[in-house]
Amino acid sequence: MHVMISQEILKQTPLFEEHLHCKAKMVGFGGWEMPLQYEGILAEYEATRRQVTVFDTCHMGEFFIKGDCQKSGLDRIVTSRLSDMPLKSCRYGTALNPQGGVIDDLIVYRIAQDDWMIVVNAATMEKDAAHFLGSLTKEAGFTNVSSKTGKLDIQGPMSREILKEIVPGIQKLDYYTFDYFKVLGENVIVSRTGYTGELGYEIYFPWQRTQDLWQEIFKNSKVKPAGLGVRDVLRIEMGYSLYGHELDETISPLEAGLEKFVDFEKDFIGREALLAQKKNGVPRKIVYFASLTRRTPRNGYRMYTTAFHETGSITSGTFSPGLQKGIGIGFLSTDDAKPAENFLVGDERNKIEVHFTKKPFYKSGSLKS
Amino acid sequence: MEVVEHYLFTKEHEWINVEEDTATIGITDYAQSALGDITFVELSEVDRDVEQFEQFVSVESVKAASDIYSPMSGRVIEVNTKLESDPGLINRSCYEKGWIAKISIKDLDERSNLMIAAEYQKFLEGLE
Repeated sequence: MHVMISQEILKQTPLFEEHLHCKAKMVGFGGWEMPLQYEGILAEYEATRRQVTVFDTCHMGEFFIKGDCQKSGLDRIVTSRLSDMPLKSCRYGTALNPQGGVIDDLIVYRIAQDDWMIVVNAATMEKDAAHFLGSLTKEAGFTNVSSKTGKLDIQGPMSREILKEIVPGIQKLDYYTFDYFKVLGENVIVSRTGYTGELGYEIYFPWQRTQDLWQEIFKNSKVKPAGLGVRDVLRIEMGYSLYGHELDETISPLEAGLEKFVDFEKDFIGREALLAQKKNGVPRKIVYFASLTRRTPRNGYRMYTTAFHETGSITSGTFSPGLQKGIGIGFLSTDDAKPAENFLVGDERNKIEVHFTKKPFYKSGSLKS
Repeated sequence: MEVVEHYLFTKEHEWINVEEDTATIGITDYAQSALGDITFVELSEVDRDVEQFEQFVSVESVKAASDIYSPMSGRVIEVNTKLESDPGLINRSCYEKGWIAKISIKDLDERSNLMIAAEYQKFLEGLE
């Protein structure tokens, strides 16, 4: 077998020492040196779906924006409707270029009427900051706090139980809401959000003290660390998009199945392009499929209607521990007739028979419990 | 990383245990650790002839697929069918219960193209 090792200068989160202490296998991701796995992907999977795990997500970006959502220009940057967001709620959305391609997907936090936090992906953070600065009006206040803000994702059906001591009052948080809580003496944002399909929380914390928070949470022996490997498995099982895979600057949210996060009743950057796509149809459409066996479709595989006719490509694939078979996400050309219920994916050498299905692949999560 | 003293090894991290004119083949501790949790093994057909260093099996883990090459030439005489229902055997016991195939050996001289345990250990140290 081949083993590839890449060399790249990578940034480290404040939890780097903790990862080494937990014997993590480290990997480069979006310019950061991150834990790929600790005990193993399957063990971390079971721990997240049945108990509780903690992910280091300090690499992600956070911006604060002050100003009326329309007058600041924020409403034009984000595709989802912001004007009716309740205070202390979160909303998923995308930021588009004028061609309707996705600059990033993000979560908007409405802290107060005219006070917002935007959480963006790590690899796109600098690009996003430039886009926000270039598109916000003079009336908007913009602060990029990414380098000062640590973040832990605590995910799993037991997450509420193990956090209630450290985050007093956390029980009141409903799905996709947040509030400020006193945590280890710091007044910080805790939201009931995540990327796993399980009940879970994200704690935003001062960078220099994130290690203290990690250690405090790990005083409970039921908590296990989880890496990027299992994070990808969990999110694929939920059918969640990952920037750089199902989303990039050449893919529109309509192609990516994110139309419900696009508010056509308001003005936003990329709206004209999306309206044209709605009228003329999109050239490709996201699809979800499962293998008939334990064989796993891989990122980069092609889709075939017959053994020879190629009709699309795969953007994410994994073995699903929850379904005990391979699952995948890809884009199908809409010029072609939709393949039959069972079709082939693969490369020159390997072909795997798969069938269409719907997201989420995994339906038993504790997300809204 | 664990190795077995009397096995022979390839640069692609397969091992072979030669016993007279037959041999057992598997992947090393380094290989199983690099792959992570193994979820599927596409076994070879029995009675197939393989050349030394020819790809004859593929192994899939949660996040990767990898080709396995035969350390020596020969004919496949047995495959470990337990791996069909329990591919994780390779992770748990890569040098024993997680063996992949047995072959009848064509040419014992091919052993000179393989590493002994001490050489493989050195080779692994060079990878770190």
